[in-house]
Amino acid sequence: MPHTLAEKILLAHSDADEVTPGDIVMVRCDVVMTNDISGPMAFRAMEKMGAKRVFDPEKVVLVPDHFVPAKDTRSAELQKLLRKWAEEQGVTYYEQGRGGIEHTLLVEEGWVVPGSVIAGGDSHTCTYGALGAFGTGLGSTDIAACLASGTFWQAVPATIRVEFTGEKQRFVTGKDLILAVIGEIGVAGGTNMALEFVGDGAEALSIDERLAVANMAVEAGSETGFFPADETVAQYLDGRTTRPWTAERSDPDAGFAQTVRIDLDFLSPLVAMPHSPGNVVPLDQAIGQRIDQVYIGNCSNGTLTDLRQAAEMLRGRRVSPRTRAIVVPATQRVYREALAEGLLDLFVEAGAMVSAPTCGACFGGGNGVLAPGENAITTTNRNFKGRMGSSEARVHLANAWVAAAAAVAGEIVDPAELGAAA
Amino acid sequence: MRLSGRAVVIRQDDVDTDVLYPGEYLNVTDVEKMTAYLFEGLDPSLRDELGGDTALVVGSNFGAGSSREHVPQAMSASGIRFLVGKSFARIFYRNCINLGLPAVVAPEAVAAAAPGSALELDLDAGTVGVDGRPFSIKPIPDFLREMFAAGGLVPWMQAQLDATTPVG
Repeated sequence: MPHTLAEKILLAHSDADEVTPGDIVMVRCDVVMTNDISGPMAFRAMEKMGAKRVFDPEKVVLVPDHFVPAKDTRSAELQKLLRKWAEEQGVTYYEQGRGGIEHTLLVEEGWVVPGSVIAGGDSHTCTYGALGAFGTGLGSTDIAACLASGTFWQAVPATIRVEFTGEKQRFVTGKDLILAVIGEIGVAGGTNMALEFVGDGAEALSIDERLAVANMAVEAGSETGFFPADETVAQYLDGRTTRPWTAERSDPDAGFAQTVRIDLDFLSPLVAMPHSPGNVVPLDQAIGQRIDQVYIGNCSNGTLTDLRQAAEMLRGRRVSPRTRAIVVPATQRVYREALAEGLLDLFVEAGAMVSAPTCGACFGGGNGVLAPGENAITTTNRNFKGRMGSSEARVHLANAWVAAAAAVAGEIVDPAELGAAA
Repeated sequence: MRLSGRAVVIRQDDVDTDVLYPGEYLNVTDVEKMTAYLFEGLDPSLRDELGGDTALVVGSNFGAGSSREHVPQAMSASGIRFLVGKSFARIFYRNCINLGLPAVVAPEAVAAAAPGSALELDLDAGTVGVDGRPFSIKPIPDFLREMFAAGGLVPWMQAQLDATTPVG
């Protein structure tokens, strides 16, 4: 019987002999990840389950990244608990200053390989689909079960085949590709589904751009989203991981619930307008919107690629007097690479603030939350009402070129009009 | 399993986790204290309508977004006994089930319910009654019924772990 990639991965990670969409299976995790928000709550639930030790310390990784550096005593207590628990359990723990935002971090640290299953206590765990993994976001009680038994229950998803064809135009990035998908199928269009990203346009994307695409699969309501592994993934993993993996893809005659085609030859930069990632318009419909804050960072678009794009706009220019810009490299590694390339100095020279890696303002945790009436443009993944602070603030989602161009102009502009600085 | 409650109704679709429980308060660990922030970004006055017997009636894709379990934890602690919706977002739905908080899909019941309606959920019969009128709920897989019956994932997993722990 032909299978989709999602079905193949779940077959390989469960006791089922056969699966069809809708079947509920117990799925074995290759990695379980949790953070300073979902972790402490999960530890409590695990204790209630009667489990004293994690199922396999080698497969558990803890990353404090949400309220870091601690914004108040309560947050500091959570982080202290995370550290102590990691020591007691003998699991991997990335201390602040040696890690970064969990999803970017786990990918760059070699935890993620194609075909693996990763359960994460954060909804953007689908980011790991960039490398062809089945990463799925779970709540704390689910994570407790994963920590205790290495398994979670999962309804086998049907698959939406997302085909990117043609060639990406200038100033279009992975961000625009996924915004196009969410605009097309809607914020609930992927419910009970996995998104599988294929086509020559998908294959041409770098790992950083694939991270941006896979990251926002959850914004379409999907269980997860992934790119079948290819040569780009193999090259990325070479020397980065010792975990075994094989490249799998959907069988040619596998059954898909739906096919979505996005022609990149005709795709312009997009903006998700307040207050939904599904409220997607072409950039030209957002032009002229005054901007109080630009925020470049987070688990979807805080990579070196994003910082380079922002730098292209800001080189030799100044952030507009009426705007503030905050740049948040996703991990310490991205931070150091950007430092070595002179990007951080360039941002500071331009009048932007460079922050340490953190989830920070993306979810309203701190580090740049918004006041009532303010307008922001960000490279983050959610612009729900109140997501970044005041419920009377308005957040626009866009790629790093568009966000950085807005920093220079003080309003949303077409980066092509501004042009890359000399 | 039968549950009854008075309806509190949230009509909007795509109500996200951030308005249900804003990120700012995610460092709260005491469940009783979480109740003070439930619905904070949506309509804080809804909190005053919750009692020991509330049935929350919601629209489509309810609970979209984050994996934060604070939302259903605060709901249970605020006296919400079950949810009836047009549809639910994935992680929110999982979290409800895992916490033993029934969330059932019944669009016709949602349409029929008004604030204060008397709701009767009968999981075995697969119906939800609205002021005495029964409506079908979307069938619930056996596995999830088992989870509800056990009281959620914690007791369910407790039993699993007991069964697999070698004796002696």
